[in-house]
Amino acid sequence: MLYYTLKRLGVAVLVAITVSVLSFSMIYLSGDPAVALAGEGASNEDIENVRRVYGFDRPIILQYGSWLVQALQGNLGHSNYLKAPVASVIFERLPTTMLLGACSLAFALLLAIPLGVVAAIKPNSILDRIALSVAVVGQAMPSFWFALTLILWLGITWRLLPITGTASWKNFIMPSMALGYYLTPAVMRLTRAGMLDVLSSDYIRTARAKGLRPMTVLFKHALRNAIIPVVSLAAVQFGFMLGGSIVIETIFAINGLGYLAWESIQRADLPMMQAIVLVLSIFYILLTFLADMLNAFLDPRIRVA
Amino acid sequence: MTIDTVKTQVTTDSQEPSPGAMMRKRIFTHWGFMIGAFVLIAIFLMALLAPYISPGDPFDQVLSRKLIPPIWSDSAKATWEHPLGTDHLGRDYMTRLFYGARISLLIGFGAMLISGVIGTTLGVLAGYYGGRVDMVVNFIITTRLSMPVVLVALAVVSIVGSSLTVVIWVLGLLIWDRFAVVMRSATQQVRALDFVTSAQALGCSTPRILLTEVMPNITNHLIVIATLEMAHAILLEAALSFLGLGVQPPEPSWGLMISEAKGMIFFDPWLITIPGLALFALVLSINLLGDGIRDVTAPENRN
Amino acid sequence: MPENSHSKRVLEVKRLNVEIPVPTGLLRPVQDVSLHVDRGETLCVVGESGCGKSLTSLAIMDLLPTKAKRACDEMRLSGDTVFDIGERAMSDIRGDRMSMIFQEPMTSLNPAYTIGNQLVEALQRHRNVSKAQARDRAIYLLEKVGITAAASRLGQYPHQLSGGLRQRVMIAMALMCGPDLIIADEPTTALDVTIQAQILHLLSDLQREFQMGMILITHDLGVVARIADRVAVMYAGQVVETGTAEQIFNAPQHPYTRGLLDCIPIPGKTKRGARLGAIPGIVPSLVGHMSGCHFASRCPQAHEGCETGDIELLPTAQPGHVCRCLLTQTPGTPVHETEGAAS
Repeated sequence: MLYYTLKRLGVAVLVAITVSVLSFSMIYLSGDPAVALAGEGASNEDIENVRRVYGFDRPIILQYGSWLVQALQGNLGHSNYLKAPVASVIFERLPTTMLLGACSLAFALLLAIPLGVVAAIKPNSILDRIALSVAVVGQAMPSFWFALTLILWLGITWRLLPITGTASWKNFIMPSMALGYYLTPAVMRLTRAGMLDVLSSDYIRTARAKGLRPMTVLFKHALRNAIIPVVSLAAVQFGFMLGGSIVIETIFAINGLGYLAWESIQRADLPMMQAIVLVLSIFYILLTFLADMLNAFLDPRIRVA
Repeated sequence: MTIDTVKTQVTTDSQEPSPGAMMRKRIFTHWGFMIGAFVLIAIFLMALLAPYISPGDPFDQVLSRKLIPPIWSDSAKATWEHPLGTDHLGRDYMTRLFYGARISLLIGFGAMLISGVIGTTLGVLAGYYGGRVDMVVNFIITTRLSMPVVLVALAVVSIVGSSLTVVIWVLGLLIWDRFAVVMRSATQQVRALDFVTSAQALGCSTPRILLTEVMPNITNHLIVIATLEMAHAILLEAALSFLGLGVQPPEPSWGLMISEAKGMIFFDPWLITIPGLALFALVLSINLLGDGIRDVTAPENRN
Repeated sequence: MPENSHSKRVLEVKRLNVEIPVPTGLLRPVQDVSLHVDRGETLCVVGESGCGKSLTSLAIMDLLPTKAKRACDEMRLSGDTVFDIGERAMSDIRGDRMSMIFQEPMTSLNPAYTIGNQLVEALQRHRNVSKAQARDRAIYLLEKVGITAAASRLGQYPHQLSGGLRQRVMIAMALMCGPDLIIADEPTTALDVTIQAQILHLLSDLQREFQMGMILITHDLGVVARIADRVAVMYAGQVVETGTAEQIFNAPQHPYTRGLLDCIPIPGKTKRGARLGAIPGIVPSLVGHMSGCHFASRCPQAHEGCETGDIELLPTAQPGHVCRCLLTQTPGTPVHETEGAAS
């Protein structure tokens, strides 16, 4: 277990470094970053000034080194639009996005896992077909359109829920649905496939031969094993969802990381964009690492090697 | 308590139907495949024939005729001249919908092609060589997965500047991960089979083995992933355009049409519903087709 | 005498049929199977793969795959009917009054739980006992099945045990509630040859010690010779011959049984260099209805009469020895009716 953890941790750190290099070099995509940072209509002198202040005149490897050292100390740069340290702005917005992500994940899992289980109990039954149709339809709906449709019906036509902002928990219902539904098809399919696989296994027959109640067989013996791959998927998808929050937060005017990202892109706030990409990537790396650890915990074949 | 003994006389067909006939039967009895193919062909024709079947011009603005509702509305303004109405600039909505199909299909196909080449190359190499190559490719895949697609795409497009070509390339360079993952495991499976070993024993060159022995046996996986990724790219383009960083106005992209209409959600919700439904139908049909191809080519792998 | 023999009877199955719909028609893998087991008795069901012996045992436990349908005239466990009594009542009986040991010890235990957990739940499901009491019972039985340091094994996971140990755990699990009947479906097939003998001895000893009825399903005639009290030979979904081990081995009546026995070399009896027996031909398909003797196409003694009509399982000259063959039948009523009349 220790070896496994260390190996997994090593890979995670390596990926994090690679991502940091990539998000660092993003700034060079535009050609000369000094020109981009100085803004339109800047004189040559201004550009040279920017180049010196930001250190763009030094070799790239040195620039990266000092950027990395700063980043590790929690200094992700300075937003030239908000006139504030990038890190503090990001950590101010992060909790909102995390809350949205957690709600969305909860919505997706609570919908998808029962559907998957029900579908697997009687394959090819009416319920199974309905669940599969939900998955197929769900996969084809653009999230922003789904969000607008929710607003149209729940917000405008029936006036059940507030449309924008983060004033109360009610504000989070529609965004969570809009962000979370995209995950349900994958989770549902995986739960169903896992359950089908497990239910036909020998140890389920053993459990039934012991005379265990159907519910015990289903939830203690089957779901526990079927759910293991779902854990990994949920972690991976949670990372994707944080990336996808940019669309949903923009629509619902939720003042989180996604909205911040969109604003920064609009304002060409390069350090901020760079930092958000980095933070979300690192967060994703952390998530998958934790998911692997959780997997090891759930599956004794990995844990007790 | 005896159940009726059903005395079925088994009629054993002396002649098994040919594989081709069985395949045709599977295709024609697979409703998902049929619906998907039908809708996709319809949308494709719509895009191809847009200049001939459109009621108007996609860029012609007639401000006096703006926001005409579609013909099924009760409004007296509805007219057969504009079956789906007009947008906030008085452009014919049906025409823009038809031309929008071109953009979605073009971007979906282009991005799928680019990502397919990258992902398949990486995946096949990793699966075939294993060992260190596999480790490196795995690392690249993990790194790619850890970067948020929408955000990176938006950032890059905003830095480089937006155009149809840029969007295709950015998406293509970003969404190859599933190709790589699936092709890798498919190649691993094929690689272990005896005919590959015998080809190696015969001294065939590696490129030859990859092209003539491995590729044909992973094509069905490739096609399935290709459809999924095409749908994925179309959805991503729509999202980018919706956020204002994909296809630029006045081009008629479905995502952009929804974006332009989102301020009018209170009074003219059909402006959002129509392109949304079009996107939904396109993506759904591609997905159904992909699922259908998977079922039809490998019936034993279902579920 | 009939009264007495009835109270000893642990399992009585009459005319069991199993049907499974398949694309080409209706598969009938178990046809008209009648069996009985007495307390303290080991019945070996022998036959080649696909003859329906495993499905017979699953049908008795009501653990058939959902697609399979079963029917029978009578199925009694220690006198109580156990057929069509509903899943709830059946699950009360399973694992309590009859339990089963499966072929694949490697996959028959849940990988996610410790063996202690899986043993304890078997007892706690049927008996109102505390966890500590259930643990004590588990430790006692693990020691009984020859597992050392039993208490410390309880915390281990299945993947930490070898196949032989896992099968011992499966046996202990089957014994948790002290069942009347234990069904072992090829319990040693998946194990190493050296372990096979140990597990069989163990099963046989435990069966005698706890005075259970046991059905041992196997295709290994060597195993049968060693531990069977009575033997049922199955062929193509039917029981073709039943009798005591002595009757079957010394005076086999059915041509299939004789053919099967010819396949085993016997030291001293089989001539050096002589070819071992083999039964020519292939097993018939069990899809759809089949009239006549199932073995007719491969039987050296078959005549036209064998091809038609349903051939019943009828008593031979020996008491308790029945056979499904026209050649050996003495005139009389089918075995089911005679036994039914006795009880």
